Amino acid sequence: MKISAIVTLKKDVLDPQGKVVSQTLKNMGYNNILNVRQGKYFEIEIQEADTEKAKKTIEEVCKKLLTNIVIEDYNINFK
Amino acid sequence: MKSSVIVFPGSNCDRDIAVALKKFQIKNQMVWHDESSLPDSDLVVLPGGFSYGDYLRTGCIASKSRIIDDVIKHAKKGGLILGICNGFQILIETGLLPGALLRNEKLRFLSKNVFLKVLNFNNHFCSTYKKKDLIELPIAHNEGNYFARKNILQSLEDENLIAFKYCDRDGKIEKNSNPNGSSNNIAGILNSKKNILGMMPHPERFIDPILSGSDGSNIFESLLS
Repeated sequence: MKISAIVTLKKDVLDPQGKVVSQTLKNMGYNNILNVRQGKYFEIEIQEADTEKAKKTIEEVCKKLLTNIVIEDYNINFK
Repeated sequence: MKSSVIVFPGSNCDRDIAVALKKFQIKNQMVWHDESSLPDSDLVVLPGGFSYGDYLRTGCIASKSRIIDDVIKHAKKGGLILGICNGFQILIETGLLPGALLRNEKLRFLSKNVFLKVLNFNNHFCSTYKKKDLIELPIAHNEGNYFARKNILQSLEDENLIAFKYCDRDGKIEKNSNPNGSSNNIAGILNSKKNILGMMPHPERFIDPILSGSDGSNIFESLLS
């Protein structure tokens, strides 16, 4: 089973890279771009037939390693 | 006093700290991260560098090393731990110190000398700074922007757990003297038991006035006093 996880900085944590990307887009003429937040994307292959069990494992992996829960949020997506 | 310096793949200040410890007659052993147990030590040092190439988040992969279980046990027993630069980042990732270290506000790697105000002398690492609380040490980092929730910052301030703050040459702690955007100009913090110190500046690089400066020496002198 393939599962993806997206990790982004929490809304109240300053994201200087996102800010630079957003400013650059404005400089390129994309005036309708209001804001950009940069994050990380993980594609995870797991050997598990039970969707609930897989979800539980990935939740654990996100909390224990992929995310620093002080500053980041995660979002899990099934394919 | 006996110390152990933990060496991770990508550590690059491990030998500098070993030289500093030797200079102050602290009996040191280098310990590879994959060892399962810590030799008898009063002090454990997590050195600066780029452990695991800073993959995922700085200090994150190193914080899952085999030796870390024993480092945490050492901490819980009240053993001393000093984390410098990447070592501070590793301490944060293990949860032994609160908060997070974000990328420098201006997205630049900073390598320069900075002025620091020492704010807590009542611990094993800083007691000899009482005589001199405005010091100069080098920084060399890309992720030194200390971040924590408001309540954590407040408790660090209230419990006097901030060991060092960035300041100007006159000792003024203000926005202009903050090199990396750190909350409250924080450069180093202690845990509540004050047996763990994490700091971004490098005291081990300032132990010899001929080569650099000597404001880092007090950390080692304090440990011995």
